[in-house]
Amino acid sequence: MSASMTVATGAVPPRRRRVKRSRVALHAFLIVVCSIWIFPLLWAVYISLRPLGDTALHGDFSLPSTLNFQNFIDAWTQANLPYYYLNTLIVAVPAVIITLFLSSMLAFALTRAASRFNLFMLLLFTAGNLLPPQVIIVPLYTLYLHIPIPHPLSENGILYDQYIGIILIHVVFQTGFCVFVLSNYMRTLPRELTEAAIVDGAGIGTIYLNVILPLCRPALAALATLEFTFIYNDFFWALLLIETGSKRPITSALNNLQGQFFTNNNLLAAASLLVAIPTVIVYLIFRRQFVRGLTLGATKG
Amino acid sequence: MTDFAPASPASPGGAGANHIPVRRSRLSLLSRRDKVILGLMIGVPTFLDLVFIWLPTLASIGLSLTNWNGATALTAKNFVGLKNYQFLFTAYTPFWPAVAHNLIWLLFFVCVATPLGIFFAVLLDRELRGSVIYQNVFYLPVVLSLVIVGFIWELQYAPTDGFINGILGRTGQNDLIDWLGNPGINIWAVVVAASWRHVGYIMVLYLAGLKSVDPGLREAAAIDGAGERQIFFRVVFPVMAPINVIIVVVTVIESLRAFDLAFIINQGTNGLELLSTLITNNSLSEASLIGFGSAIAVVLLTISLVPIVIFLTRVMRDQTA
Amino acid sequence: MANPMAPQRSSPPETAQTGLSRRDVLKGMAAVAGTAGIASFLAACSSSGTATPTPAAATSTPGAATPTPAGSTATGFVTLGSNHSDASEAKGMAAIDAAFTTATGIATKLNTVDHDTFQNQLTPYLKGTPQDVFTWFSGFRMRFFAAQGLVTPIDDVWASVKSNYTSAFATAVTGDDGKVYGIPVDYYPWAVFYRKSLFADKGYTVPATWDDYKKLCAKMQTDGLTPITFGDKDGWPAMGTFDILNLRLNGYDFHTGLLTGKQKWTDPKVTAVFQKWAEIMPYHDKAYAGLTWQKACDTLLQKKSGMFTFGLFLTGEFSTSGTPADLDDLDMFPFPTLGTQYDAEAALDAPIDIWMMSANSPTLQQDMANAKAYLEFFAKGSTQTLMFQNQPGFIPTATDADTSSFSALQKKAVQLVSSAQKITQFLDRDSRPDFAGAQGMQAFLQTFLKNPTADTTPLQSQMQAYWDQLPPYLGS
Repeated sequence: MSASMTVATGAVPPRRRRVKRSRVALHAFLIVVCSIWIFPLLWAVYISLRPLGDTALHGDFSLPSTLNFQNFIDAWTQANLPYYYLNTLIVAVPAVIITLFLSSMLAFALTRAASRFNLFMLLLFTAGNLLPPQVIIVPLYTLYLHIPIPHPLSENGILYDQYIGIILIHVVFQTGFCVFVLSNYMRTLPRELTEAAIVDGAGIGTIYLNVILPLCRPALAALATLEFTFIYNDFFWALLLIETGSKRPITSALNNLQGQFFTNNNLLAAASLLVAIPTVIVYLIFRRQFVRGLTLGATKG
Repeated sequence: MTDFAPASPASPGGAGANHIPVRRSRLSLLSRRDKVILGLMIGVPTFLDLVFIWLPTLASIGLSLTNWNGATALTAKNFVGLKNYQFLFTAYTPFWPAVAHNLIWLLFFVCVATPLGIFFAVLLDRELRGSVIYQNVFYLPVVLSLVIVGFIWELQYAPTDGFINGILGRTGQNDLIDWLGNPGINIWAVVVAASWRHVGYIMVLYLAGLKSVDPGLREAAAIDGAGERQIFFRVVFPVMAPINVIIVVVTVIESLRAFDLAFIINQGTNGLELLSTLITNNSLSEASLIGFGSAIAVVLLTISLVPIVIFLTRVMRDQTA
Repeated sequence: MANPMAPQRSSPPETAQTGLSRRDVLKGMAAVAGTAGIASFLAACSSSGTATPTPAAATSTPGAATPTPAGSTATGFVTLGSNHSDASEAKGMAAIDAAFTTATGIATKLNTVDHDTFQNQLTPYLKGTPQDVFTWFSGFRMRFFAAQGLVTPIDDVWASVKSNYTSAFATAVTGDDGKVYGIPVDYYPWAVFYRKSLFADKGYTVPATWDDYKKLCAKMQTDGLTPITFGDKDGWPAMGTFDILNLRLNGYDFHTGLLTGKQKWTDPKVTAVFQKWAEIMPYHDKAYAGLTWQKACDTLLQKKSGMFTFGLFLTGEFSTSGTPADLDDLDMFPFPTLGTQYDAEAALDAPIDIWMMSANSPTLQQDMANAKAYLEFFAKGSTQTLMFQNQPGFIPTATDADTSSFSALQKKAVQLVSSAQKITQFLDRDSRPDFAGAQGMQAFLQTFLKNPTADTTPLQSQMQAYWDQLPPYLGS
């Protein structure tokens, strides 16, 4: 920073040199900071690549005698991780789809409504989205035990300890955020398009499906990426609303599997990284959507 | 980002008043069927939101006036008035430490993590080779679950095997630093781990805001002879007012919601008490002190409503202006 | 559930009385297990136990599906809620469930939740959709849930298996209402553990008195060892030390009175316990607050520390992280005497683990007969031995358990329990769970440990204030 500060005051030829020098300083600074930033992750990778025997003998803070992927293989097979990834998919995929479906409908319908009502609804949803989940957990838990749900949707006839219960709470909480983003987005769409459709005699449903949804594709893609990560990373809801250990999605299962399978740091590090990989991949592939999703609404669910 | 901005050209607010009659006529064009569809589109999500968020919120307030344990039927006998609050404020030892820890969390975010995120955003908001790589590095922790963040940092903080004590050479019985066990320092250790994630989050938000600042403003200021620091504080920062509000709200809300890390590390005890962990440890636990836990929930609700209301009135003002 | 119990709610918790009986239980048990004279009794029972119909089965309840000999056509499921998340215990459960299915034809659906989460969430678990039968603890901690109607009485199962238990075991599993709520499956004493080879190498001798103990600690410290390893990250391990110090200093009656609200936490006798504790705190592992008990145990395994005041089930960690030779090297001695009149009681914590039947399991009505069959199966020595083979710290409770394979350590453990005049369970099993929990007693003890030499008067007032504001106990 201080190097670049001087830029404006210098004369032209030395200035360019200073610019160059300031650039070098900036890169040096960023490289140092980024190395520190990524270090905890690299350390976890390092521990996960070392056999237990090695670290038990020399301690974690030591040079390696061997490095291999055995911990990853063990974590993957012993704890049956693929099974828990599947649990996550069972929850996350419907939750993301339903959330986007409901919130895009709501956002669309609100653009047709009186602005005062529109605003009130947005406040209701956004405020709900921002509440700490712990505030509602006890009554929610009680509701989950008492609302009857027919059989194909729920094995035990209620919402508690069921995938549908977890899907539902994600939908309810995330809808607040998505409605906020989508209604802002929809207001940027040219009004003429929908008006033309109305003149053509299209019904509301047709306008929503054939006009608005296609136009919202970028926003929906951004939200889908973001919501998938939010739901994948959830720990709290699954911890308190899923009682069966083997039904837990992978993030909350990790804690549960720790004592039984990941009995040492090396295995735990390998398992943690395995659990982290999908979100990292999603981020690297959909980086642009990801950032756009966050910055469209700029609040997090 | 611009969607929040009051002066954003895309903002429909300014046109709102004029359009109401138009909308009305549009509504009258709707067929009965369309009205039903619109009703469902609004009604279904609203019903879910009311039943699963707002009803439980109100119920928490009601339960906080009882000594219900959840196992037997709730009767008039369970009503204890404000007794839970009285005990909470005067005699319950973990309460004030929990408030203090939430405050530490907030202050650290406000004073260190958030400014650091802004600082990185400012550094990266220029033509810079490898900028995307730097951004990815800062942003990587944000995509990780807090559970993973917790495990990764436990590896750094472990007393005899951890990296930090290893590099400091303090792994012996007499000189080790118990980062996560010592109740005097563990909250700071956890807040640092939380910041690892928070900084990248703020950076991305701010960077997006900076990109939308009109470059003409900076050029004009530069021509006037303003230094880079001056340009940022005198020109860019004020223009960024809407994003600044969002960042403040995100920071405050994230501090109040802090839960996962403390819970993963030691269930939020022994120096890591937070309002959120006190609620679950009291009400959804073997103890099952639901009335008492609900009183803590109401305290957290009240505190949370402050930033939420400030934020929303701000948004509302922007949109109706 | 609630109605039939209503008349009994007025009866007091009676920890003292049942505790005394528990002593008889275990003494009887120990006598059975520890003496050769019982061999003839044991001979009557097959050690594999899969095909032999036990006397229990023959006299079983009117329920439709009494466990029948192998090859039976019994079908259906029983669902099991287990806290056996440690690797060795999980293996034991797998072996037991396989044997059960082979013997009865009934399939099991096992839900394993990590030990501490299972414990912390027991109330919401039981109120929600628990499994048919689940692992739990005897003592006040069992009666608390029975009094709330969250578990089902199993007198009929007990009637069919009680011949396999010393008579007084019944009291350990009896609720405030006089009904039986659990099947005892194992127990283990708390004592001081050490490695024989380390003591031999360094020339240490087992300390009998407090002064010897402290001298040994000091010596270990000069030898570069951590004298007492300790891991209190999960909050409950510290209770073991509180229990034994309070028992030695103030006696069994005061201790149980304190835990059931008959004595005050502000009593100077409690102050004395903290003062005694403070004397040995400098010898504890400095990193205790961030260590799980497993990690603390590992330092004993690695001979970095000298002693560990813990339950016999630390053998599970020795089996998981060590070799069989390490396990053979493990030994124990009773906590040293403090020179009080209560030394003669030789009281100690020796918790009994039980299996219980939930009340709210959605499948219970349809699985009832299978669930009872499972409980009956777990009451066999041969079943309990399957767990014992994997987790050698869980001593079987059934009279017909094969004791011939007991190691020297296990025999010593049985002996230790049998020589105690008074037996307690454990602080969080002898007191109300809402008092003993993470934000209650666990937090209070952590506050003490933070600064052991500080004046504990304010802390003790806080403890008493916390007790006083708890909702009324349903069973009282």
